Amino acid sequence: MDPLDLVGAEPGPARTILFDGRPVPALPGQTLAAALWADGVLAWRTTRTGGRPRGAFCGIGQCFDCLATVNGRPNQRLCLLPAEHGDAVTTQEGHGHGDLAV
Amino acid sequence: MLKRTSYDAVVVGAGVVGAACAYYAAKAGLRVAVVDRGPVAGGTTGAGEGNLLVSDKEPGPELDLALLSTTLWRDLAAEFGDRVEYEPKGGLVVATAPAGLDALHGFAAGQLAAGVDAVAVAADDLRELEPHLADGLPGGVLYPQDAQVQPALAAAHLLRASGADRYLGEAVTALRRGPGGAITGVVTERRELAAPAVVNAAGTWGGAVAELAGVRLPVLPRRGFVLVTEPLPRIVRRKVYAADYVADVASGSADLQSSAVVEGTPAGPVLIGASRERVGFDRTLSPEVLHRLAAQAAALFPVLRTVAVQRAYRGFRPYLPDHLPAIGRDARVPGLYQACGHEGAGIGLAPATGLLIARQLVGEKPEFDLSPFRPERFDEEE
Repeated sequence: MDPLDLVGAEPGPARTILFDGRPVPALPGQTLAAALWADGVLAWRTTRTGGRPRGAFCGIGQCFDCLATVNGRPNQRLCLLPAEHGDAVTTQEGHGHGDLAV
Repeated sequence: MLKRTSYDAVVVGAGVVGAACAYYAAKAGLRVAVVDRGPVAGGTTGAGEGNLLVSDKEPGPELDLALLSTTLWRDLAAEFGDRVEYEPKGGLVVATAPAGLDALHGFAAGQLAAGVDAVAVAADDLRELEPHLADGLPGGVLYPQDAQVQPALAAAHLLRASGADRYLGEAVTALRRGPGGAITGVVTERRELAAPAVVNAAGTWGGAVAELAGVRLPVLPRRGFVLVTEPLPRIVRRKVYAADYVADVASGSADLQSSAVVEGTPAGPVLIGASRERVGFDRTLSPEVLHRLAAQAAALFPVLRTVAVQRAYRGFRPYLPDHLPAIGRDARVPGLYQACGHEGAGIGLAPATGLLIARQLVGEKPEFDLSPFRPERFDEEE
């Protein structure tokens, strides 16, 4: 059963975010992490040393596992950011600051 | 009923200095125990940056210790490999004003004569060494002997390699003395350890351990904060700091001093120090200090304005009034050895301290004269 029916939710119309350039629907009030989960996306970052996949873990802003690049800014916690129309989430490789390396 | 076990020496303190004392004493053939009221590296060691510096030391006894330690750290790094994150990356001290550059060159000339490698770096060459450095800095000095370790890992591996018995999480409550006043053992909350020698490596809390032996050692806490950035690629290649840092270290004032000390780590975060203030063991977070550290670091490396600081930690350097540690046999109590009061240089100075203590424990001649470090020197002043 759809969880929206379970709680009798009547959300407003969906907006669209972009995940690596692909449109993904997001309901008002959903976080970016929730919108991606609802779309079946579970990982949006790779670890610094092993290159292993990471996504939401604690979901409440504590564990810093759900980091990704949002609108060009790396290391944003997707579990805390409300999905706004047009937000561009990009899969982050490692620390996301590769351009600063010397 | 307390269990009673016998050792040749008991080291009080499981920080990097205690671990180094245990390591070199065990290497010299002694049976050693290490006691700490907390965990390994639970005090100042765990709150440090892991600096192994010759660059901030003027010619004199502390520099002699640092130069001996530099050699010993190289040997230890060969033994422990990457496990202690040893990086012989060198230090770069930069002047922030032209007058400061003259002072820095004068300071370096004295060090050069004392055996330190120091190379003047012209303003135009700074960026070649550190591409993210700010515009307009007048110049600096490169110190190839400066290095870095991860201090908690260094303490843990030294302690493990020593093979010493470890009694952690039990405070020392008394020192046993024989008829002539000589040390005969250590009493902890849970047991009694018999030993003819006790090494006080309790760092900032060394004064309290000395007091158990009835002697005064005026170690005071000198608080410092460190900012930790989010993980980054290598953006700072060396240990880079402003020349004002040397004056801060040497200052005797209780007031706040701060100057930028910036370094990367193998794990990714950049560490930003260094503040100094004498406020007792107050652990209160000071936004004013954090703000100053961040502003000073960003003045050196403007790129830091674009990255996030994730957290800050603080620790208490063990400060002795003449800025020299207390190392060696304490003339006031037979069997008592002091190895504390290294202020902000304890990680760097740990191996030399451990080796010199081990020499005295087995009755060998130390590498150099230990009289500048004699623990009873503060009684003589009065």
